[in-house]
Amino acid sequence: MTPNLILFLILALVAVATALGMLFSKNAVYSALFLVLNFVTVAVFYLLLGAPFIAMAQITVYAGAIMVLFLFVIMLLGAERLPDTHVLPWQKPLATVLTVILALESTYLLWTKARPSGAVLPPGAEVNTVDNLRAMAMTLFNDYLLPFEVTSVLLLVAMVGVIVLVRREKGQKS
Amino acid sequence: MMLSDWTLWLEWLIKSLVVTFGLLTGFAYLTWYERRALARIQARIGPNRAGPQGLLQPIADAIKLIFKEELVPAKADKTLFFWAPVITMIPSLIIAAVIPWGPAIEMFGRVIRLSIADLNVGVLYLMSIASIAVYGIVLAGWSSNNKYAMLGGLRSSAQMISYELALGLSFATSIILANSMRMLDIVEAQRNLWFVVVQPVGAVIFWIATLAEVNRAPFDMPEAEQELTAGYHAEYSGMKFALFFMAEYQKMIVVSAILATLYFGGYLGPFVDRFPWLGPIYMIIKIVILLFVMIWVRATWPRIRYDRLMAFGWKILLPLSLAIAFITATGILLADLSGNPLYFWAIPVVSVLAGLFTVAVIYRELRRKAYGRV
Repeated sequence: MTPNLILFLILALVAVATALGMLFSKNAVYSALFLVLNFVTVAVFYLLLGAPFIAMAQITVYAGAIMVLFLFVIMLLGAERLPDTHVLPWQKPLATVLTVILALESTYLLWTKARPSGAVLPPGAEVNTVDNLRAMAMTLFNDYLLPFEVTSVLLLVAMVGVIVLVRREKGQKS
Repeated sequence: MMLSDWTLWLEWLIKSLVVTFGLLTGFAYLTWYERRALARIQARIGPNRAGPQGLLQPIADAIKLIFKEELVPAKADKTLFFWAPVITMIPSLIIAAVIPWGPAIEMFGRVIRLSIADLNVGVLYLMSIASIAVYGIVLAGWSSNNKYAMLGGLRSSAQMISYELALGLSFATSIILANSMRMLDIVEAQRNLWFVVVQPVGAVIFWIATLAEVNRAPFDMPEAEQELTAGYHAEYSGMKFALFFMAEYQKMIVVSAILATLYFGGYLGPFVDRFPWLGPIYMIIKIVILLFVMIWVRATWPRIRYDRLMAFGWKILLPLSLAIAFITATGILLADLSGNPLYFWAIPVVSVLAGLFTVAVIYRELRRKAYGRV
């Protein structure tokens, strides 16, 4: 076993454990914290794959910014206690059946279709060098400029929408 | 780089231990230095009883804090109440991993780099650790089961998130100037000229944003016992409180080190090429000067009101730092395209003009609010 494989197995264990912890926590704050741990583990996976930029972006954006806002909402609404009774009684059995079907299907496809015929290509040589960022920026701002701009416009629209929604109307008392 | 190379492991271990213990000792003596300096500024004497010049005061404080009774509120979330100080403490230590303390030195027949990790995304690492640092505070406030502590936690973390934007943009400014995200490259790019000369406004924005980020005066809401019932640590006592205290002072040291690296030439100084061991000494001198400025600010300025703090962060600091990043990038692009260094020197001029314009706007606004006219 190579060190990378050992690292991968440990990380995979942590990732699955935190994901399960997120699902089965009785307290929403703990669920959110398990999800943070899960994001951080995924970031370490990216590091293992030789993609430090994506790893750091994962921590900054998901573990840092988004999950803090999740925690804010949970705490401000006082919604940390999850109800014991389920509102939708048929939801759990249905979810179980669907999960089993998905697992069988994806296993079948992985075994039959996804096996590479030739040798697996390692990621491009430029990924693991100091020029990692430069290569990524070149691709992002040349080949994928339009999707990038569309995404940023989308985020801007969402932001403006929020500001419009919370704006105090003229003449309305606070 | 093989995992079996045990000397490399040993090197990492020793470097990590040196930085960790350096930060812990630095924290202890920073509290002493702050109290003495504040006392001097306020024409008092300060702690001078324990040992010569009061130098043993930090040890006395540590013993007192260890033996203090620790209270846990009755309905607190015990697990998170215990872990919140730890979660606050860890980022303040590990963020120091990418700071270069000096040029590579040769020792025991091998080249040793004076930084724990030499990441090619060093600045991004700082950013991601800074964004993780919010958790300890928000969890401390929530787990205390006290509405003042919880409001304090939300207040402090909203402040940190808001100022992170300006912080990130001033990181970007220095990345643009150095053309690299590696901390070592950023330092080496300042060999001829410190970035604070090219981009003084960027350095000031960075400084203000970090003051807010580490909850220091004049943005120190958690210290406001009388008016806000303190902050997220209202329910903490004894050693757990000391951990929050420790994290804050270590963050002070680390952000000073980061500012010194990004804008004040890091370990560079006269003769540093001939005597590499001068690097850490220059670095420490720069850090101490910046720490003194922090203490000076605390002694001089009153605390800013919370709504004004948020307005300042979003309406003034964020647009200004966007403008600064834009000015820097445009100046470098024009200088590159035309080959005329005049465009490069337009960067500091235009930036200072933008900064002065911002100050004028704030002044006008404050006068209008105070007197109802300009």
